[in-house]
Formats: sequence, C-alpha cells, structure tokens
Amino acid sequence: MVSMKEAIAECVKPGSSINIEGFTHLICFAAGHEIIRQEIKDLKAIRLTPDLVYDQLIEAGCVSELTFSWAGNPGVGSLHALRRKTQANSKDRIKLIEYSHFGLVARFLAGSSGLPFWPLNNYRASDIAAHNSEIKTISCPYTGAELATVPAIHPDVTIVHCQRADKFGNAQVWGLLGTQKEAAFSAKKVIVVTEDIVDTSLIRSDPNRTLVPGVIVDFVVHEPWGCHPSYAQGFYDRDNQFYVNWDQISRSSETYADYLNEFVYSVRDRKEYIKKLGEPLVQKLLAKAKMCEGVNYGF
Amino acid sequence: MDSKVKKALNTYTSTELMVVRASQELANSEIVFVGIGLPNLACVLARETHAPNLFMIYESGAIGTTPERLPISIGDPCLVTGSLSIVSQADIFQTYLQSGRIEVGFLGGAQIDRWGNINTTVIGDYENPSIRLPGSGGACEIAAHSRKLLIVMKMSAKTFVDRCDYITSPGHKYYPNKDSEPRSRSEFNLPGPGPTKVVTDLGVLEFIDGEMTLTEIYPNVTAEDVKSSVSWDLCVAAELRTTPSPSEETLKKLRLEVDPDRLYLN
Repeated sequence: MVSMKEAIAECVKPGSSINIEGFTHLICFAAGHEIIRQEIKDLKAIRLTPDLVYDQLIEAGCVSELTFSWAGNPGVGSLHALRRKTQANSKDRIKLIEYSHFGLVARFLAGSSGLPFWPLNNYRASDIAAHNSEIKTISCPYTGAELATVPAIHPDVTIVHCQRADKFGNAQVWGLLGTQKEAAFSAKKVIVVTEDIVDTSLIRSDPNRTLVPGVIVDFVVHEPWGCHPSYAQGFYDRDNQFYVNWDQISRSSETYADYLNEFVYSVRDRKEYIKKLGEPLVQKLLAKAKMCEGVNYGF
Repeated sequence: MDSKVKKALNTYTSTELMVVRASQELANSEIVFVGIGLPNLACVLARETHAPNLFMIYESGAIGTTPERLPISIGDPCLVTGSLSIVSQADIFQTYLQSGRIEVGFLGGAQIDRWGNINTTVIGDYENPSIRLPGSGGACEIAAHSRKLLIVMKMSAKTFVDRCDYITSPGHKYYPNKDSEPRSRSEFNLPGPGPTKVVTDLGVLEFIDGEMTLTEIYPNVTAEDVKSSVSWDLCVAAELRTTPSPSEETLKKLRLEVDPDRLYLN
C-alpha cells in the first residue's frame, strides 16, 4: 500500500499510456488530480468517456493523444478543454483516436484475453471506420460474413477505483461495473484505489464480489472520496450540481485555470480537497443505506 | 394540485406532446435500450400509462430498472438500486445488444438526413471541425442492432440536413464517398432494419422505401411548417394524420410524476 502520490510517481511517466476507467461510476478523480500536480506530460490517455477528469488533464497540458468513444459532460453538454484543443484553428492540438463504446470495450476484451484483436458485428455503413485506420474487417471463417475488428489495447497503467479492497488489492465492486475488469487485465501495471481498506477475511467471505484480483495489482491506494464529483455506490452520490456548474467554469481558460489552481495545484492531497469541499456538501452527498441480504456460501 | 398546473392542462408544449407521442410507440413488455433526456421521459411515461411492464436497459449496464428519481445520466446510481441485474459493458454490448435481444433503441443527434443517418461526431470536416461533438458512445451499435429504432429530435433546417457532415449511426442508405450515390442498407448486411420513426416537436416521420416521409402532424401545425424545417424537399404522405392531443391524465402524470422539476420538459 502506498499514497496516491507514490503510486502515480511510480507508474505514470512522460509518454505513458494511461487508463482511468469507470463508467460514470467510480471515476478516480483523485488519480487525475495527482497526475496534474506532478505535471506529467505527453500522456496517451485512454478512456471510454473522458468525462471531466480527462478534460482537466487536457486543460493542464498533460495529454497529447486521446483514445475514446464518447467525449461529453454526461447529462450536461460539452467538454470545453477538449473542444478547444480539437476544433479548427486550435493551438496545441491533441490527437484523437475515436471508437464507438462497443469498439473500445472490444479493444479491452482483446487486451484482457491475450488475443491480438476482437471481432464485432458493427461499423458497416458508418463513417467511424473510415476515420480510424485501426478498425479493419475480417471474413468469418464459418459463415463468410464480414465482421469489423479492433486491435488489442495494453495501457501502461490502468487505475481502477473500488468500494473496498484488502491491502493486497483484491478489489470488490458493486453497482455499475463499466469496463474496469477488462481494463485491469489488459494493463501492464494496475493501481487499485479504494474507498475502504478491509481485512482479507471479509473479501474471502464474499468472493463473487471481487472484480479485480490482487495477483494482477501493483499498487493499492486508500483514498476515501477519491471519485468526487463522480460517485461510489453505497458511499456517496454523484455531485450533479458540480457537473452542471462545470459547464460555465470550463468555458473559458481563465475560470478553468482558477479552478485548477484552487482545487488541484493548491491542495496537497485528497484529504485537503475534501476539506475544501466542505462538510455540508459531504453530508448531502453521503449515500443512504440500502443493504442487501447476504447469501450462504456453505457446502 | 398546483392551480397553475391544473389550468395549463388544456394546453401543452410541443416538447410535452413529443414525449407523449414517443411513449405511444412503446408496447408493454418490450425490451428497450433507454437514452437519457426525452427518450427516458417517454419510457417512464409509457410505464406509468399503457406499458407497465416495459423492460428498461441502460448502456451503463443497468437491466430492468425502476429508478426512484429521474436519472440525470445513464450511469446515475438510482438506476442500480432496485434493478433486476447489473452487468459489465462487455455484456451490455455483446450479450444484450449484438445478440439481438434489444427490441427498441432510441437515438437523437446534431444532424439527420433523409435516410435517417445521424451525426453526433463533428460539424464540418472531421480532421478540422468547426464543432467537436461527443461522438458515438453506443449510438453506432444501437443503430446497427435495434429491431425497432426510434429517433427523437426537434426539427430545424440546421439539424434536418441534406447531407450529414459525418455519419455516426447508420440509416437506410449510406454514402461510401463524398460524391457517390447512396447505397442501400441491405447491401451492408446490418443485423437491424434501421430507423423506424422520427418523433419530432412538429409531427412524426416514417421511412418509406428508406426515405423519411411526413405521415403525421401535431394539432395546429401544417405540412408547410414541417417542410420549411427540413433542408431538403421532404416527402409528405398523401394522407396525413393529425396527432391527438394528450389526455389530461397523461399530462398530469408527465408533469407531476415523470419530470416534476422540468429537467427535460423545458
């Protein structure tokens, strides 16, 4: 177990390909903010939904290439740093490698399965493949039908956030699972970030809930509230107001810089960030209890 | 009931009628891949009225949802609580969508053409766009695989265009190159049949021989109004139906239960 600072310094280098996965749920903003603080540049960022966390990495100048499948502010609108760095006449353009969700999920499926590519019945009569030379076709050896293929992806590091893990990184997740398992198994290095650190006996009492096994994990970071303004089911709700307000904050480089200065560069770690958010907001976002009944694992 | 809501029950907005009309396309027990915004309202309204067993699936992996509040994103935690199953995205796109189990899909977009091709990727040139939009998400595969595909979009000549700048989601005919004639969807052997209907704020359009055709208009809207909101010469059916006004009961449900804070209705 290490601090976020140590885990990032150890795994994320200039030019690394990084993947902070989590679909709406369990997006590790704490990791993104630490990368910004350490000013690690030229990253090849991979993520289905770049969300606000990658937009912040882009604005901070950390990203040179983005592989993605839906780049918006979910339920609100646009990612403004991304737009500023990809539209006509933009300075400091970043390179985009674009898929649909299924296409990028399939890249992780291939990567996590030890296969060179993954087939999918998709992309015909769409312009997506025409603008992405990595999407190719194959003839099915059984039916002769044409299928699309995407290549395996192997990020240098995948960062997976979970609700609870033991100190070995056996990570348990409930609620939306996203592509976190496939992303972890595809990666060369895995960082597990957890809301709670629990004893291995608790993990062993409920093994079906383990999404990522400790044997493939390199570093474990205990970082409560590490996902705000995203959420952790059973811990805290999504801060929707933050996502709504972000639209205005991120529209100009000036207000964007003010935010990054106040909430990223000027805080030492996640603890200070949460303190800055303030107790009333923290209390408001705390999840209400909705417990499930356990099951009998006996034989 | 709030007197303001009560009084307004004889009138309704075009957005409200759009949601009501879209909900009528959903049959009881159908398996629907729900999009956020107006499609979500249409699905919840259908469940509250004529389709109580509508089976809702979100691309985030929530299956058979019964959310206590209106979800703000497709990954809202309220979709998880009380759902029938939660699956990974690999499962959603493969075992649910690609396998052909999704009966109804919903799409919208920034541009649509007469063949129902949809653009949610860029305005302008792909490499050098004037506006960079979010991209496909699951839209491309929803368009490829849904057995019934409903498009929900407000009409304007800016969005109903002669040619999309980029085709994110396939419709009934595809232009392989910029200058080529469009080729029929059947040549591409896509599993799903393509767009079924477009439900708009002015009326409903269907695809006849693959081409978008106005078949139904809302009360107090003329075919000319619709034609002037489309940037090509729109086909109009010989017999044009008029959409009935929503019932008071349906409007009450929509305003008081489905979207009481008017998150999407305004």
